[in-house]
Amino acid sequence: MKRLSALVALTLLTSSLFAQAADPERARNLAATCANCHGTDGRPVAGSGIDPLAGIEKRHSLQKLADFKSGQRPGTIMPQIAKGYTDEQLELIAAYFAAQK
Amino acid sequence: MADRNRRAFLKAGTLAGVLTVAGCAGSALRQPRGHVVVVGGGYGGATAAKYLRMWSARGVEVTLVERSPRFVSCPMSNLVIGGSRSMADITLGYDRLQSHWGVRIVHDEVLAIDAAARSVRLAGGGDLRYDRLVLSPGIDFMWQEIPGLDNAGAQATILHAWKAGAQTVALRRQLEAMPDGGVFVLSVPRAPYRCPPGPYERASLVADYCKRHKPRSKVIVLDANDEIVSKKGLFAKAWAELYPGIIEYRPQSELRDVDVTTRTAHLDFDKVRADVLNVIPPQRAADIAARSGLQLINQRWVEIDWLSMESSNTPAVHVLGDAIFPAPTMPKSGHVANQQAKLAAAAILRLLAGEQPDPAPVLMNTCYSFVDSRNAIHVASVFQYDRNTGVVQPVAGAGGVSSARSELEGRIAAGWAQNIWADMLF
Repeated sequence: MKRLSALVALTLLTSSLFAQAADPERARNLAATCANCHGTDGRPVAGSGIDPLAGIEKRHSLQKLADFKSGQRPGTIMPQIAKGYTDEQLELIAAYFAAQK
Repeated sequence: MADRNRRAFLKAGTLAGVLTVAGCAGSALRQPRGHVVVVGGGYGGATAAKYLRMWSARGVEVTLVERSPRFVSCPMSNLVIGGSRSMADITLGYDRLQSHWGVRIVHDEVLAIDAAARSVRLAGGGDLRYDRLVLSPGIDFMWQEIPGLDNAGAQATILHAWKAGAQTVALRRQLEAMPDGGVFVLSVPRAPYRCPPGPYERASLVADYCKRHKPRSKVIVLDANDEIVSKKGLFAKAWAELYPGIIEYRPQSELRDVDVTTRTAHLDFDKVRADVLNVIPPQRAADIAARSGLQLINQRWVEIDWLSMESSNTPAVHVLGDAIFPAPTMPKSGHVANQQAKLAAAAILRLLAGEQPDPAPVLMNTCYSFVDSRNAIHVASVFQYDRNTGVVQPVAGAGGVSSARSELEGRIAAGWAQNIWADMLF
């Protein structure tokens, strides 16, 4: 029984590790929901007046998104949009854009 | 003995679990291969074509079939009718999809789908074979609902301008030719229809033009719905403050027929004569989607699977945009079509690699509307896949509308257009 629970625990651990790594496309897909306004892969058209997201440090954009979500940071549309994503999703999005050099 | 078997079974089960998960992770390296035919080069189809190429590192072949030589945007086209933008401002080419992304562009029309043979028949002759088909054909009009408009001659005089292009230019000319003191009548169909706030934006921009050039004129909105369908408070405020005495809004005023020669709108208990009569007719999924055996809802909109945008009854046919039966509160907008296209592209590449689509997709909508040539308002919403209903559901507490119209949002709306056009075409 001990061996069994150990095995189950190991499986759960492995599964959750895999679940995170399992879908390398999840972050890409989530980030693509931002592209309509912020440009493909976070690179907006020059002069469009919309913030680029590509290459922005994860810590920085995640804080900004968290502040929009909590209502601490004012805005026209981003406070409403940020509330639609889970914290985990925002983290994946921020990491994806940070990796776009 | 029984216990040992049980243990062995559990062990095998857990091992299988690990293997499955591992298999999933490892096989993300598997390359999708095949040929995708995309029908319709609007907000949905063009985005799907580009993202299929981009996300497969150009490994999947993509053919885009589009009737028009160039893309003309419906969003921002009301500004052309109002006179603050030109057709050139809202017209873009398909060149870069071809030259940079390697999408094969075929300017033709699809007449029929042979789902069993996985091919489409082109009007110009010949068939195109596909491994996966993306249909993003937009809407067609239900002319039979307005008998007087159910012929080509009437439709050349009483315009809809609800598909941007020649009709946009023609409606602008009718407005320019209208005398000061004239009456512009806009008929709005019962929801759902393409672009919920679009009719009210149009009324605003026509009124804006009248206010500056023909101040004795009137804009009468005959709305089949009980109230303004989208951004109600913001439009009502803008009309009261900017266009008093110009815009007259009449709810529950469904158009029953039109007398073309006298430009008269016939309602249940009333007739309204117009100098310019602009009828947005009731709509359904475009012909190619509505008449190819795809499962419809309410005999109008295509039923799809929200994990892949695949037709609920026709394998390998994925349908996007205004032609589908939407999720709750999800509007028929260009923004949503673009988002659905990315969901479909991601799912199709998985399916072509022999894998399952992302089980938790997210979609987002943003619609900007101008209330005059500079000030805009927005509505936004976010949708998360819900396993229980099998539908993407609006996230409670997220989304909303502008606190007030502003020039700032007018500038953001212009930036939105530039960036979404680039996201689909460049």
